Amino acid sequence: MKQMNKEVQRRFDVLVIGGGPAGMAAAARAAECGARVGIVDDNFRLGGQIWRGEPDDGQKTDASRWAERVRASGVTALCGLRVVHQPESGVLLAENLDGFCELTYEKLVLVTGARERFLPFPGWTLPNVMGAGGLQAMVKCGLPIRGKRVVVAGTGPLLLAVAAYLRKHGAEIPVICEQASWRDLAGFGLALFRWPGKILQGLQLKRNLAGVPFAANSWPLAAQGRQTLESMTISHAGKAENIPCDYLACGFHLVPNIELPSLLGCAVANGCVQVDDFQRTTVPHVFCAGEPTGIGGVELSLIEGQIAGLAAAGHASEAQALLDERRKALRFARLLDHTFRLRSELRSLPSSETMVCRCEDVSYSHLLQHSSWRAAKLHTRCGMGPCQGRVCGPATQFLFKWNPDSVRPPVFPVRVETLAAMASQLQPQHSEVTGGQ
Amino acid sequence: MHSQVTVRVNGAPVVVPSGTTIAVAMVLVGQPCRTSVSGEPRGPLCGMGICFECRVVIGGIPHCRSCQVLCEQGMEVTTEK
Repeated sequence: MKQMNKEVQRRFDVLVIGGGPAGMAAAARAAECGARVGIVDDNFRLGGQIWRGEPDDGQKTDASRWAERVRASGVTALCGLRVVHQPESGVLLAENLDGFCELTYEKLVLVTGARERFLPFPGWTLPNVMGAGGLQAMVKCGLPIRGKRVVVAGTGPLLLAVAAYLRKHGAEIPVICEQASWRDLAGFGLALFRWPGKILQGLQLKRNLAGVPFAANSWPLAAQGRQTLESMTISHAGKAENIPCDYLACGFHLVPNIELPSLLGCAVANGCVQVDDFQRTTVPHVFCAGEPTGIGGVELSLIEGQIAGLAAAGHASEAQALLDERRKALRFARLLDHTFRLRSELRSLPSSETMVCRCEDVSYSHLLQHSSWRAAKLHTRCGMGPCQGRVCGPATQFLFKWNPDSVRPPVFPVRVETLAAMASQLQPQHSEVTGGQ
Repeated sequence: MHSQVTVRVNGAPVVVPSGTTIAVAMVLVGQPCRTSVSGEPRGPLCGMGICFECRVVIGGIPHCRSCQVLCEQGMEVTTEK
Protein backbone atom coordinates (compact mmCIF):
# COMPACT_ATOMS: atom_id res chain seq x y z
CA MET A 1 0.00 0.00 0.00
CA LYS A 2 1.36 3.34 -1.00
CA GLN A 3 0.95 6.06 1.55
CA MET A 4 2.43 9.53 1.53
CA ASN A 5 5.00 10.06 4.25
CA LYS A 6 3.71 10.78 7.73
CA GLU A 7 4.40 14.49 7.43
CA VAL A 8 1.47 14.79 5.06
CA GLN A 9 -0.91 13.45 7.72
CA ARG A 10 -2.18 16.65 9.21
CA ARG A 11 -4.47 17.80 11.97
CA PHE A 12 -6.20 21.16 11.72
CA ASP A 13 -8.57 23.23 13.83
CA VAL A 14 -10.10 24.53 10.61
CA LEU A 15 -9.68 22.68 7.32
CA VAL A 16 -10.70 24.53 4.16
CA ILE A 17 -11.46 22.50 1.04
CA GLY A 18 -11.02 24.67 -2.05
CA GLY A 19 -8.39 27.34 -2.76
CA GLY A 20 -10.44 29.90 -4.66
CA PRO A 21 -11.42 33.37 -3.37
CA ALA A 22 -13.92 32.00 -0.80
CA GLY A 23 -11.40 29.44 0.44
CA MET A 24 -8.55 31.92 0.72
CA ALA A 25 -10.77 34.40 2.57
CA ALA A 26 -12.03 31.68 4.94
CA ALA A 27 -8.52 30.36 5.61
CA ALA A 28 -6.97 33.78 6.22
CA ARG A 29 -9.76 35.01 8.53
CA ALA A 30 -9.71 31.76 10.57
CA ALA A 31 -5.90 31.76 10.85
CA GLU A 32 -5.87 35.43 11.85
CA CYS A 33 -8.07 34.39 14.81
CA GLY A 34 -5.31 32.04 15.91
CA ALA A 35 -6.69 28.78 14.54
CA ARG A 36 -4.43 26.17 12.99
CA VAL A 37 -5.66 26.21 9.40
CA GLY A 38 -5.07 24.05 6.35
CA ILE A 39 -6.28 24.79 2.82
CA VAL A 40 -6.50 22.04 0.21
CA ASP A 41 -6.83 22.44 -3.54
CA ASP A 42 -6.79 20.05 -6.47
CA ASN A 43 -4.94 22.59 -8.63
CA PHE A 44 -1.21 23.16 -8.43
CA ARG A 45 -1.62 26.60 -6.87
CA LEU A 46 -4.16 28.63 -4.93
CA GLY A 47 -6.43 31.21 -6.57
CA GLY A 48 -9.19 29.01 -7.93
CA GLN A 49 -10.36 29.35 -11.50
CA ILE A 50 -10.96 33.10 -11.39
CA TRP A 51 -7.60 34.13 -9.92
CA ARG A 52 -5.61 31.41 -11.68
CA GLY A 53 -2.27 32.72 -12.79
CA GLU A 54 -2.83 36.37 -11.87
CA PRO A 55 0.21 38.28 -13.14
CA ASP A 56 2.73 38.85 -10.37
CA ASP A 57 3.67 42.33 -11.58
CA GLY A 58 3.61 43.93 -8.16
CA GLN A 59 0.19 45.47 -8.75
CA LYS A 60 -2.09 45.14 -5.72
CA THR A 61 -5.24 43.23 -6.60
CA ASP A 62 -7.81 41.38 -4.48
CA ALA A 63 -5.99 38.20 -5.50
CA SER A 64 -2.57 39.41 -4.33
CA ARG A 65 -3.97 40.91 -1.12
CA TRP A 66 -5.69 37.67 -0.11
CA ALA A 67 -2.69 35.56 -1.14
CA GLU A 68 -0.56 37.74 1.13
CA ARG A 69 -3.00 37.35 4.05
CA VAL A 70 -3.02 33.57 3.58
CA ARG A 71 0.80 33.53 3.65
CA ALA A 72 1.18 35.97 6.53
CA SER A 73 -1.33 34.19 8.77
CA GLY A 74 0.55 30.90 8.61
CA VAL A 75 -2.04 28.86 6.71
CA THR A 76 -0.74 25.48 5.56
CA ALA A 77 -1.46 25.25 1.82
CA LEU A 78 -1.75 21.75 0.37
CA CYS A 79 -2.02 22.04 -3.42
CA GLY A 80 -2.35 19.26 -6.00
CA LEU A 81 -4.35 17.31 -3.43
CA ARG A 82 -7.88 16.09 -4.02
CA VAL A 83 -10.35 15.07 -1.29
CA VAL A 84 -12.15 11.88 -2.29
CA HIS A 85 -13.90 10.53 0.79
CA GLN A 86 -14.75 10.98 4.48
CA PRO A 87 -14.02 7.63 6.12
CA GLU A 88 -15.28 8.86 9.49
CA SER A 89 -16.52 12.10 10.99
CA GLY A 90 -13.64 14.56 11.30
CA VAL A 91 -11.34 12.73 8.88
CA LEU A 92 -10.97 13.22 5.13
CA LEU A 93 -9.08 11.01 2.71
CA ALA A 94 -7.18 12.87 -0.02
CA GLU A 95 -5.10 11.77 -2.98
CA ASN A 96 -2.37 13.24 -5.16
CA LEU A 97 -0.11 11.90 -7.91
CA ASP A 98 2.14 10.20 -5.33
CA GLY A 99 -0.39 8.53 -3.04
CA PHE A 100 -2.99 9.31 -0.41
CA CYS A 101 -3.19 10.81 3.06
CA GLU A 102 -5.63 11.55 5.87
CA LEU A 103 -6.54 15.04 7.01
CA THR A 104 -8.28 15.52 10.35
CA TYR A 105 -10.26 18.56 11.40
CA GLU A 106 -12.32 20.11 14.17
CA LYS A 107 -14.21 22.42 11.78
CA LEU A 108 -14.54 21.99 8.05
CA VAL A 109 -15.18 24.74 5.47
CA LEU A 110 -16.32 23.48 2.07
CA VAL A 111 -15.58 25.99 -0.67
CA THR A 112 -15.62 23.73 -3.70
CA GLY A 113 -16.53 26.40 -6.26
CA ALA A 114 -18.41 25.93 -9.47
CA ARG A 115 -17.91 24.48 -12.92
CA GLU A 116 -19.22 25.55 -16.30
CA ARG A 117 -22.47 24.13 -17.57
CA PHE A 118 -21.95 22.44 -20.92
CA LEU A 119 -24.81 21.72 -23.29
CA PRO A 120 -24.47 19.18 -26.11
CA PHE A 121 -24.84 20.17 -29.79
CA PRO A 122 -23.60 18.38 -32.92
CA GLY A 123 -19.79 18.48 -33.04
CA TRP A 124 -19.26 19.61 -29.44
CA THR A 125 -16.91 16.67 -28.77
CA LEU A 126 -14.40 17.88 -31.41
CA PRO A 127 -10.97 18.83 -30.02
CA ASN A 128 -10.61 22.64 -29.64
CA VAL A 129 -14.24 23.01 -28.59
CA MET A 130 -13.67 24.05 -24.98
CA GLY A 131 -15.41 25.73 -22.11
CA ALA A 132 -15.17 29.53 -22.03
CA GLY A 133 -13.41 29.39 -18.67
CA GLY A 134 -11.75 26.22 -19.97
CA LEU A 135 -10.02 27.97 -22.86
CA GLN A 136 -9.05 30.87 -20.61
CA ALA A 137 -7.48 28.42 -18.17
CA MET A 138 -5.56 26.81 -21.03
CA VAL A 139 -4.23 30.20 -22.16
CA LYS A 140 -3.20 30.97 -18.57
CA CYS A 141 -1.37 27.63 -18.61
CA GLY A 142 0.66 28.52 -21.67
CA LEU A 143 -1.55 28.06 -24.76
CA PRO A 144 -0.56 30.73 -27.34
CA ILE A 145 -3.73 32.39 -28.63
CA ARG A 146 -2.32 35.31 -30.65
CA GLY A 147 -3.83 35.42 -34.13
CA LYS A 148 -6.24 32.57 -33.41
CA ARG A 149 -9.92 32.96 -34.25
CA VAL A 150 -12.09 32.17 -31.23
CA VAL A 151 -15.89 32.09 -31.29
CA VAL A 152 -17.19 32.79 -27.76
CA ALA A 153 -20.67 31.40 -27.08
CA GLY A 154 -23.10 30.36 -24.38
CA THR A 155 -24.44 32.54 -21.61
CA GLY A 156 -23.40 34.51 -18.55
CA PRO A 157 -21.04 37.32 -17.60
CA LEU A 158 -18.07 34.97 -17.91
CA LEU A 159 -18.33 35.14 -21.72
CA LEU A 160 -17.42 38.84 -21.79
CA ALA A 161 -14.59 38.44 -19.29
CA VAL A 162 -13.15 35.54 -21.28
CA ALA A 163 -13.52 37.34 -24.61
CA ALA A 164 -11.75 40.41 -23.21
CA TYR A 165 -8.95 38.26 -21.80
CA LEU A 166 -8.45 36.35 -25.04
CA ARG A 167 -8.46 39.54 -27.09
CA LYS A 168 -5.92 41.15 -24.81
CA HIS A 169 -3.71 38.16 -25.55
CA GLY A 170 -4.03 38.63 -29.30
CA ALA A 171 -6.99 36.43 -30.22
CA GLU A 172 -9.42 37.49 -32.92
CA ILE A 173 -13.05 37.19 -31.75
CA PRO A 174 -15.37 36.92 -34.78
CA VAL A 175 -18.45 37.03 -32.53
CA ILE A 176 -19.71 36.63 -28.97
CA CYS A 177 -23.01 34.67 -28.98
CA GLU A 178 -25.14 35.25 -25.87
CA GLN A 179 -28.33 33.20 -25.70
CA ALA A 180 -30.08 35.66 -23.37
CA SER A 181 -32.45 38.16 -24.97
CA TRP A 182 -31.63 41.85 -25.42
CA ARG A 183 -34.59 42.57 -23.19
CA ASP A 184 -33.16 40.58 -20.27
CA LEU A 185 -29.69 41.99 -20.88
CA ALA A 186 -31.06 45.54 -20.88
CA GLY A 187 -32.82 44.83 -17.57
CA PHE A 188 -29.56 43.46 -16.20
CA GLY A 189 -27.69 46.59 -17.31
CA LEU A 190 -30.23 48.89 -15.66
CA ALA A 191 -30.26 46.89 -12.44
CA LEU A 192 -26.47 47.18 -12.25
CA PHE A 193 -26.86 50.76 -11.02
CA ARG A 194 -27.22 49.24 -7.56
CA TRP A 195 -23.67 47.93 -7.82
CA PRO A 196 -21.38 50.75 -8.97
CA GLY A 197 -18.35 48.46 -8.82
CA LYS A 198 -19.94 46.17 -11.35
CA ILE A 199 -20.66 49.09 -13.68
CA LEU A 200 -16.99 50.02 -13.59
CA GLN A 201 -16.01 46.45 -14.43
CA GLY A 202 -18.60 46.47 -17.20
CA LEU A 203 -17.24 49.68 -18.69
CA GLN A 204 -13.70 48.31 -18.62
CA LEU A 205 -14.92 45.19 -20.40
CA LYS A 206 -16.73 47.30 -22.96
CA ARG A 207 -13.55 49.24 -23.69
CA ASN A 208 -11.52 46.03 -23.99
CA LEU A 209 -14.10 44.55 -26.33
CA ALA A 210 -14.56 47.61 -28.58
CA GLY A 211 -15.20 46.43 -32.12
CA VAL A 212 -16.01 42.84 -31.18
CA PRO A 213 -19.45 41.83 -32.53
CA PHE A 214 -21.83 40.89 -29.71
CA ALA A 215 -24.99 38.97 -30.58
CA ALA A 216 -27.83 38.43 -28.11
CA ASN A 217 -30.52 35.81 -28.88
CA SER A 218 -27.66 33.83 -30.40
CA TRP A 219 -26.29 30.35 -29.72
CA PRO A 220 -24.15 27.58 -31.23
CA LEU A 221 -25.93 25.12 -33.56
CA ALA A 222 -23.08 22.86 -34.66
CA ALA A 223 -19.30 22.53 -34.75
CA GLN A 224 -17.57 21.21 -37.86
CA GLY A 225 -14.11 19.84 -38.52
CA ARG A 226 -12.24 16.68 -39.47
CA GLN A 227 -9.82 15.98 -36.60
CA THR A 228 -10.26 19.30 -34.79
CA LEU A 229 -12.64 22.27 -34.96
CA GLU A 230 -12.62 24.18 -38.28
CA SER A 231 -15.86 26.16 -38.21
CA MET A 232 -18.99 26.90 -36.19
CA THR A 233 -22.58 27.25 -37.24
CA ILE A 234 -24.41 29.68 -35.00
CA SER A 235 -27.99 30.83 -34.76
CA HIS A 236 -28.12 34.60 -35.01
CA ALA A 237 -31.32 36.63 -35.37
CA GLY A 238 -33.16 33.47 -36.34
CA LYS A 239 -30.71 32.56 -39.13
CA ALA A 240 -27.92 29.99 -39.30
CA GLU A 241 -24.50 31.49 -39.96
CA ASN A 242 -21.20 29.70 -40.61
CA ILE A 243 -18.00 31.10 -39.08
CA PRO A 244 -14.51 29.63 -39.66
CA CYS A 245 -12.57 29.46 -36.39
CA ASP A 246 -9.73 27.74 -34.52
CA TYR A 247 -11.41 27.45 -31.12
CA LEU A 248 -14.86 27.62 -29.61
CA ALA A 249 -15.02 28.94 -26.04
CA CYS A 250 -18.46 27.86 -24.90
CA GLY A 251 -20.12 27.70 -21.51
CA PHE A 252 -23.70 28.13 -20.29
CA HIS A 253 -23.15 29.90 -16.98
CA LEU A 254 -22.06 27.94 -13.90
CA VAL A 255 -23.12 24.96 -11.82
CA PRO A 256 -22.23 24.69 -8.10
CA ASN A 257 -19.87 21.84 -7.17
CA ILE A 258 -21.94 20.14 -4.48
CA GLU A 259 -20.61 16.58 -4.70
CA LEU A 260 -18.42 16.72 -1.58
CA PRO A 261 -20.98 18.59 0.58
CA SER A 262 -23.61 16.05 -0.57
CA LEU A 263 -21.37 13.13 0.29
CA LEU A 264 -20.93 14.55 3.79
CA GLY A 265 -24.69 14.75 4.19
CA CYS A 266 -25.20 18.52 3.88
CA ALA A 267 -28.76 19.41 2.86
CA VAL A 268 -29.08 20.60 -0.73
CA ALA A 269 -32.02 22.37 -2.37
CA ASN A 270 -32.33 23.53 -5.98
CA GLY A 271 -28.79 22.41 -6.63
CA CYS A 272 -27.29 24.58 -3.86
CA VAL A 273 -25.95 23.74 -0.39
CA GLN A 274 -28.24 25.10 2.34
CA VAL A 275 -26.55 27.34 4.93
CA ASP A 276 -27.61 29.64 7.77
CA ASP A 277 -26.46 33.21 8.45
CA PHE A 278 -23.04 32.00 9.56
CA GLN A 279 -22.56 29.65 6.58
CA ARG A 280 -23.27 26.60 8.74
CA THR A 281 -24.59 23.61 6.80
CA THR A 282 -27.04 21.12 8.28
CA VAL A 283 -24.09 18.95 9.35
CA PRO A 284 -22.49 19.98 12.68
CA HIS A 285 -19.00 21.55 12.35
CA VAL A 286 -19.29 21.77 8.57
CA PHE A 287 -19.52 25.18 6.87
CA CYS A 288 -20.01 26.02 3.20
CA ALA A 289 -19.35 29.26 1.31
CA GLY A 290 -19.08 30.69 -2.19
CA GLU A 291 -20.54 29.21 -5.35
CA PRO A 292 -21.78 25.89 -3.83
CA THR A 293 -24.39 27.89 -1.89
CA GLY A 294 -25.54 29.63 -5.10
CA ILE A 295 -23.75 31.23 -8.06
CA GLY A 296 -22.96 34.79 -7.02
CA GLY A 297 -19.49 35.71 -8.25
CA VAL A 298 -16.25 36.70 -6.59
CA GLU A 299 -17.51 39.53 -4.33
CA LEU A 300 -20.14 37.31 -2.70
CA SER A 301 -17.63 34.48 -2.42
CA LEU A 302 -15.17 36.70 -0.55
CA ILE A 303 -17.86 37.84 1.88
CA GLU A 304 -19.21 34.33 2.51
CA GLY A 305 -15.71 32.92 2.82
CA GLN A 306 -14.82 35.46 5.49
CA ILE A 307 -18.02 34.76 7.43
CA ALA A 308 -17.38 31.01 7.28
CA GLY A 309 -13.74 31.41 8.35
CA LEU A 310 -14.61 33.62 11.31
CA ALA A 311 -17.51 31.41 12.40
CA ALA A 312 -15.43 28.23 12.06
CA ALA A 313 -12.72 29.79 14.23
CA GLY A 314 -15.32 30.62 16.92
CA HIS A 315 -15.41 34.35 16.16
CA ALA A 316 -18.90 34.55 14.65
CA SER A 317 -19.59 37.87 16.35
CA GLU A 318 -16.91 39.54 14.21
CA ALA A 319 -18.78 38.35 11.12
CA GLN A 320 -21.84 40.50 11.95
CA ALA A 321 -20.60 43.43 9.89
CA LEU A 322 -20.36 41.24 6.81
CA LEU A 323 -23.97 40.08 6.93
CA ASP A 324 -25.34 43.29 5.36
CA GLU A 325 -22.77 43.16 2.60
CA ARG A 326 -23.81 39.62 1.90
CA ARG A 327 -27.49 40.55 1.62
CA LYS A 328 -26.63 43.10 -1.05
CA ALA A 329 -24.42 40.69 -2.96
CA LEU A 330 -27.11 38.01 -2.82
CA ARG A 331 -29.48 40.29 -4.70
CA PHE A 332 -26.93 40.43 -7.50
CA ALA A 333 -26.75 36.63 -7.51
CA ARG A 334 -30.51 36.39 -8.01
CA LEU A 335 -30.29 38.88 -10.87
CA LEU A 336 -27.65 36.68 -12.54
CA ASP A 337 -29.88 33.62 -12.25
CA HIS A 338 -32.79 35.46 -13.82
CA THR A 339 -30.92 37.16 -16.65
CA PHE A 340 -28.97 34.13 -17.80
CA ARG A 341 -31.65 31.43 -17.44
CA LEU A 342 -31.53 29.03 -20.35
CA ARG A 343 -33.99 29.42 -23.23
CA SER A 344 -35.98 26.32 -24.21
CA GLU A 345 -34.67 26.33 -27.82
CA LEU A 346 -31.37 25.00 -26.45
CA ARG A 347 -33.11 21.73 -25.60
CA SER A 348 -33.42 20.94 -29.30
CA LEU A 349 -29.72 21.45 -30.13
CA PRO A 350 -28.58 17.80 -29.98
CA SER A 351 -29.22 15.56 -32.98
CA SER A 352 -29.99 11.89 -32.37
CA GLU A 353 -26.28 10.98 -32.79
CA THR A 354 -24.91 13.78 -30.58
CA MET A 355 -23.00 12.35 -27.61
CA VAL A 356 -24.46 13.64 -24.36
CA CYS A 357 -22.27 11.60 -22.01
CA ARG A 358 -18.73 12.13 -23.27
CA CYS A 359 -17.10 9.64 -20.90
CA GLU A 360 -19.17 6.66 -22.04
CA ASP A 361 -20.22 7.95 -25.51
CA VAL A 362 -23.95 7.78 -24.86
CA SER A 363 -25.93 9.51 -27.60
CA TYR A 364 -29.02 11.67 -27.30
CA SER A 365 -31.21 9.04 -29.01
CA HIS A 366 -30.16 6.41 -26.48
CA LEU A 367 -31.08 8.68 -23.58
CA LEU A 368 -34.46 9.52 -25.11
CA GLN A 369 -35.55 5.95 -24.39
CA HIS A 370 -35.30 6.49 -20.63
CA SER A 371 -37.40 8.34 -18.13
CA SER A 372 -34.97 9.14 -15.30
CA TRP A 373 -31.31 9.74 -14.52
CA ARG A 374 -31.16 6.46 -12.63
CA ALA A 375 -32.74 4.43 -15.45
CA ALA A 376 -30.41 6.06 -17.98
CA LYS A 377 -27.40 5.26 -15.79
CA LEU A 378 -28.37 1.63 -15.34
CA HIS A 379 -29.15 1.00 -19.01
CA THR A 380 -26.67 3.20 -20.88
CA ARG A 381 -23.84 3.93 -18.39
CA CYS A 382 -24.60 7.65 -18.82
CA GLY A 383 -22.87 9.50 -15.98
CA MET A 384 -20.88 6.48 -14.85
CA GLY A 385 -17.55 7.40 -16.46
CA PRO A 386 -14.63 9.20 -14.82
CA CYS A 387 -16.37 12.60 -14.52
CA GLN A 388 -19.18 10.86 -12.63
CA GLY A 389 -21.87 12.93 -14.28
CA ARG A 390 -20.28 16.32 -13.62
CA VAL A 391 -20.69 17.23 -17.31
CA CYS A 392 -23.73 15.21 -18.46
CA GLY A 393 -25.62 15.55 -15.15
CA PRO A 394 -26.36 19.28 -15.48
CA ALA A 395 -26.93 18.79 -19.23
CA THR A 396 -29.55 16.05 -18.76
CA GLN A 397 -31.11 18.04 -15.93
CA PHE A 398 -31.76 20.79 -18.46
CA LEU A 399 -32.57 18.56 -21.47
CA PHE A 400 -34.84 16.03 -19.76
CA LYS A 401 -35.50 17.61 -16.33
CA TRP A 402 -33.80 14.63 -14.69
CA ASN A 403 -32.62 14.97 -11.11
CA PRO A 404 -29.30 13.44 -10.13
CA ASP A 405 -29.50 10.91 -7.31
CA SER A 406 -27.16 9.91 -4.54
CA VAL A 407 -23.49 10.83 -4.42
CA ARG A 408 -21.30 7.91 -3.51
CA PRO A 409 -17.73 7.72 -2.35
CA PRO A 410 -15.21 8.27 -3.75
CA VAL A 411 -16.33 11.64 -5.16
CA PHE A 412 -13.57 11.40 -7.78
CA PRO A 413 -12.02 8.31 -9.41
CA VAL A 414 -9.12 7.11 -7.23
CA ARG A 415 -6.17 4.78 -7.46
CA VAL A 416 -6.51 1.18 -6.30
CA GLU A 417 -4.25 1.88 -3.27
CA THR A 418 -6.58 4.66 -2.13
CA LEU A 419 -9.61 2.44 -2.70
CA ALA A 420 -7.99 -0.24 -0.58
CA ALA A 421 -7.48 2.28 2.23
CA MET A 422 -11.13 3.27 1.89
CA ALA A 423 -12.40 -0.30 1.80
CA SER A 424 -11.43 -1.03 5.37
CA GLN A 425 -13.55 1.88 6.61
CA LEU A 426 -16.15 2.24 3.90
CA GLN A 427 -19.66 2.45 5.21
CA PRO A 428 -22.84 3.26 3.34
CA GLN A 429 -22.90 7.03 3.62
CA HIS A 430 -25.16 8.18 0.83
CA SER A 431 -27.16 11.31 0.72
CA GLU A 432 -29.92 12.20 -1.64
CA VAL A 433 -29.52 15.33 -3.68
CA THR A 434 -32.98 16.81 -3.65
CA GLY A 435 -34.59 19.56 -5.64
CA GLY A 436 -33.09 20.62 -8.94
CA GLN A 437 -34.15 23.10 -11.56
CA MET B 1 12.14 32.34 -15.22
CA HIS B 2 11.63 31.79 -18.95
CA SER B 3 13.39 28.46 -19.06
CA GLN B 4 12.16 25.82 -21.43
CA VAL B 5 11.47 22.13 -21.00
CA THR B 6 11.25 19.35 -23.55
CA VAL B 7 8.61 16.64 -23.30
CA ARG B 8 7.88 13.87 -25.79
CA VAL B 9 4.32 13.66 -27.09
CA ASN B 10 3.56 10.37 -28.87
CA GLY B 11 7.30 10.02 -29.46
CA ALA B 12 7.98 13.49 -30.89
CA PRO B 13 9.89 16.09 -28.84
CA VAL B 14 7.99 19.30 -27.96
CA VAL B 15 9.70 22.32 -26.44
CA VAL B 16 7.49 24.49 -24.19
CA PRO B 17 8.12 27.25 -21.64
CA SER B 18 8.23 25.95 -18.06
CA GLY B 19 4.85 26.39 -16.38
CA THR B 20 3.03 24.92 -19.37
CA THR B 21 0.56 22.11 -18.68
CA ILE B 22 0.62 18.81 -20.56
CA ALA B 23 -2.87 19.61 -21.91
CA VAL B 24 -1.47 22.72 -23.59
CA ALA B 25 1.43 20.73 -25.06
CA MET B 26 -1.06 18.25 -26.56
CA VAL B 27 -3.14 21.02 -28.17
CA LEU B 28 0.02 22.77 -29.43
CA VAL B 29 1.10 19.72 -31.42
CA GLY B 30 -2.46 18.89 -32.50
CA GLN B 31 -2.54 15.49 -30.83
CA PRO B 32 -5.73 14.23 -29.17
CA CYS B 33 -5.45 13.57 -25.44
CA ARG B 34 -7.49 10.41 -25.64
CA THR B 35 -9.59 8.27 -27.93
CA SER B 36 -13.18 7.89 -26.75
CA VAL B 37 -15.08 4.64 -26.20
CA SER B 38 -16.39 4.82 -29.77
CA GLY B 39 -13.06 5.94 -31.25
CA GLU B 40 -13.44 9.74 -31.44
CA PRO B 41 -10.41 11.98 -30.82
CA ARG B 42 -10.90 14.12 -27.70
CA GLY B 43 -9.10 17.10 -26.23
CA PRO B 44 -9.41 19.31 -23.13
CA LEU B 45 -12.88 20.69 -22.36
CA CYS B 46 -13.14 22.18 -18.87
CA GLY B 47 -9.46 23.05 -18.29
CA MET B 48 -9.92 22.65 -14.54
CA GLY B 49 -9.78 18.95 -13.79
CA ILE B 50 -13.43 17.93 -13.65
CA CYS B 51 -14.35 16.62 -17.11
CA PHE B 52 -11.56 14.02 -17.52
CA GLU B 53 -11.56 14.54 -21.30
CA CYS B 54 -7.85 15.45 -21.25
CA ARG B 55 -6.70 12.12 -19.79
CA VAL B 56 -3.31 11.01 -21.11
CA VAL B 57 -0.65 8.45 -20.25
CA ILE B 58 2.33 10.10 -18.51
CA GLY B 59 5.45 8.00 -18.02
CA GLY B 60 3.38 4.84 -18.37
CA ILE B 61 0.73 5.95 -15.83
CA PRO B 62 -2.72 6.05 -17.46
CA HIS B 63 -5.69 8.33 -16.65
CA CYS B 64 -3.62 11.42 -15.78
CA ARG B 65 -5.60 14.65 -16.21
CA SER B 66 -3.20 16.59 -18.41
CA CYS B 67 -4.68 20.00 -17.51
CA GLN B 68 -3.57 19.48 -13.89
CA VAL B 69 0.03 18.42 -14.62
CA LEU B 70 2.89 20.75 -15.53
CA CYS B 71 5.41 19.69 -18.20
CA GLU B 72 8.69 18.47 -16.73
CA GLN B 73 11.91 17.87 -18.61
CA GLY B 74 11.93 14.43 -20.25
CA MET B 75 8.30 13.48 -19.59
CA GLU B 76 6.92 10.85 -21.96
CA VAL B 77 3.28 11.54 -22.82
CA THR B 78 1.04 9.45 -25.04
CA THR B 79 -2.56 9.67 -26.20
CA GLU B 80 -4.75 7.45 -24.05
CA LYS B 81 -6.40 4.72 -26.16
